[in-house]
Amino acid sequence: MPVKKTTSTLAVAALMASVAMPALADKASGTLNVAFTKELENVDSYFNSAREGVVLQRAIWDGLIYRDPETNEYVGNLATSWEWIDDTTLEFKLREGVTFHNGEAFNADDVVYTVDYVAKEENGVKTQRNVNWMKSAEKIDDYTVRIHLKEKFPAAIEFLSGPVSIYPNEYYAEVGPSGMGLKPVGTGPYKVTEVVPGQHFVLEANETYYDSPKGQPEIAKVDIRTIPDVNTQMAELFSGSLDLIWQVPADQANKLAQMDQFTVANESTMRVGYLQMDAAGRSGENPFTNKLVREAVNYAINRQELVDALLQGKSKVVYTPCFPSQFGCVQDVTEYEYDPEKAKALLAEAGYPDGFTIDFYAYRDRQYAEAITSYLNAVGIKTNFNMLQYSALRELNMKGEVPLAFQTWGSYSINDASAMVSQFFKHGSLDTTRDDQVLEWLDVADSSTNPDERIEYYTKALQRIADEAFWAPMFTYNTNYVFTTEVAYTPTPDEVLRFVDMSWN
Amino acid sequence: MFAFILKRLGLALLVAFTVSFISFSLLFLSGDPAAALAGETASGEDVEALRRLYGFDRPMMVQYGDWLFSALRGDFGESYYFKLPVASLIAERLQVTMTLGVCGILFALATAVPLGVAAAIRPNSLIDRVALFLSVAGQAMPSFWFGLILIVVFAIQLGWLPPSGASSWRHFIMPTIVLGYYAMPAIMRLTRAGMLDVLNSDYIRTARAKGSGEMRVLFKHALRNAIIPVVSLAAVQMGFMLGGSIVVESVFALHGAGYLAWESIARNDLPTVQALILVFSMFYIVFTFLADVLNAWLDPRMRSA
Repeated sequence: MPVKKTTSTLAVAALMASVAMPALADKASGTLNVAFTKELENVDSYFNSAREGVVLQRAIWDGLIYRDPETNEYVGNLATSWEWIDDTTLEFKLREGVTFHNGEAFNADDVVYTVDYVAKEENGVKTQRNVNWMKSAEKIDDYTVRIHLKEKFPAAIEFLSGPVSIYPNEYYAEVGPSGMGLKPVGTGPYKVTEVVPGQHFVLEANETYYDSPKGQPEIAKVDIRTIPDVNTQMAELFSGSLDLIWQVPADQANKLAQMDQFTVANESTMRVGYLQMDAAGRSGENPFTNKLVREAVNYAINRQELVDALLQGKSKVVYTPCFPSQFGCVQDVTEYEYDPEKAKALLAEAGYPDGFTIDFYAYRDRQYAEAITSYLNAVGIKTNFNMLQYSALRELNMKGEVPLAFQTWGSYSINDASAMVSQFFKHGSLDTTRDDQVLEWLDVADSSTNPDERIEYYTKALQRIADEAFWAPMFTYNTNYVFTTEVAYTPTPDEVLRFVDMSWN
Repeated sequence: MFAFILKRLGLALLVAFTVSFISFSLLFLSGDPAAALAGETASGEDVEALRRLYGFDRPMMVQYGDWLFSALRGDFGESYYFKLPVASLIAERLQVTMTLGVCGILFALATAVPLGVAAAIRPNSLIDRVALFLSVAGQAMPSFWFGLILIVVFAIQLGWLPPSGASSWRHFIMPTIVLGYYAMPAIMRLTRAGMLDVLNSDYIRTARAKGSGEMRVLFKHALRNAIIPVVSLAAVQMGFMLGGSIVVESVFALHGAGYLAWESIARNDLPTVQALILVFSMFYIVFTFLADVLNAWLDPRMRSA
């Protein structure tokens, strides 16, 4: 039963024909009505792994550090300054005079409690990678705190400006993650006034928000409803009961862009789409253990056509297993231009003059996956197409039973190459390459505190991955934001919807 | 009668137990709950940590035993996904689904039975043709499409009704029509067939011969007999509506139990799925039982059976 993507051209056409009705102005009431597509499991940002959760996290809570989404510069947020005491100790001076939404004063105790709580594996933080590099925190005085790392971790600053938010110690100790999910309390620009789990979230501007680099909230109230069907979201937009929708598919966005009362903004996301090949031979004897075959796959894909015809918007062709804006993601690597003849020749050279048949897996974006298989088929690589649920494919992957798959990775919006390349090339359970040389270089790059040295070793690793054609990275994703012309907003490339940056026209 | 009810109850428990065991095994086979729990962005190591934390590494029978033991004490556990007690989660979502299901079946009965009767009185007449057309259309039209068309017409063009949500009774009008319309054709065809059958029988001729009014003949004598299979069908349809209103709930953004079940399966949220399946199978059992009682009241011959 197709529930999720009930795209109906007819309904869209009918919608288009019926837009004479003026949208009801929500500007007057000061409420911005927004739709989420997915049911968010828990507002507590440490206990969800959803994009929607990141959006709420940035509105409700603050981190010690803030990364300007435009310039990618790090500035103090709840901390005013920080310094590395040694390779595994960071010291922060904290901002004074900040209070949480419930009136609790912010100080070193909150930082210590939050860090100690989330770093403890038994507490079950959902995305362990966001927190498991921290060992503990130590209070020096009321407004000075040290975070101790388990080992060298240069991306610490990036993580502290992203997923690591500071919670109020007394309140969190009392209510825990489920209480925090129902009645969230933070220091952020928006406070939460209503939560119906998974369905409805109401935020109100924090009138006493401190002088944060995030800026002051201008929209007084944000009302978020979960509407799973994109067509229904569009209907709500047309009838004036929604002001902003996001993650709108390209075909719908194109139609909406032709209409006067909506602004369609396209922005890239950090998600990268790639083909993963079993170069290590974990799934048994397979053609991808041969470098010539992997090169052939790289030459067989018309990346530019995929971007132009399917992804559209701000998507770009990539040849690296990381997103170009990420620190260390140097773009100076071998590029495989579309050349099906060369691909065939390489296959013949590898001993497959007539090609071969292989199991091909995908878990999302079926139409992209099908386009990719047609490129492969054209050079003689015949595919048994398998579309699986994400968790099922992941399980197969961890067991090493997947010879070829169309995969994507969003790096959790972490602007550091370690969030992608190091997840997949360091001999973990999802590493299909298991190259010792790459592992060695990535180990240096991931743990060095010298930025130049990091760049040098990421370059080596990324160049080797491209030269050996371990993967076939293809394109970056983009997303469409559609809002009424009454709303002023410029989306950022990290796919985080920032209510604090929105205002009424 | 008491023994009859006891027997039915025992059977119901056995059915519920079997269903829960099968669904547990199927979910277990369908994917790794730890991977689903960890989400898309987690690394392989995160998944391992969660697997240990939740005890997914234990044998399936042990995990099922654990679940069953708690469920028997009325503890359905905590949803892996929402981290909230399953019982309260389902109770909240069931309100929407029950409202929708009851309204849907009432709408279906209120339209299908009169249409079926009218069609049977004059077979192959215009009204019969219209009824036939309506039922074919109802069966053929995908409900998400019908739902969207209603939204386009009544919410956008006319602006009479809100497009989606569940915050007032007006929000339920379109979903009721879509859900009810889906159940309507079968009820109408069965009413028509039953009525045609009964109207040709001897006792109707006798009733007419003794001078009973046509209305009395139709509704007291004929419909009472023709409706018996319809009652059973409506009970099954009702059960189906409660568990199967996924599409309607999704289109109209009603966060009901059907949509919760669908999403929970995709999320491998075992405790939620298990409890929902138990609830849905209990509904089927209760409705079939009620249908039997109702039929026994309508038809004295069935009371002894």
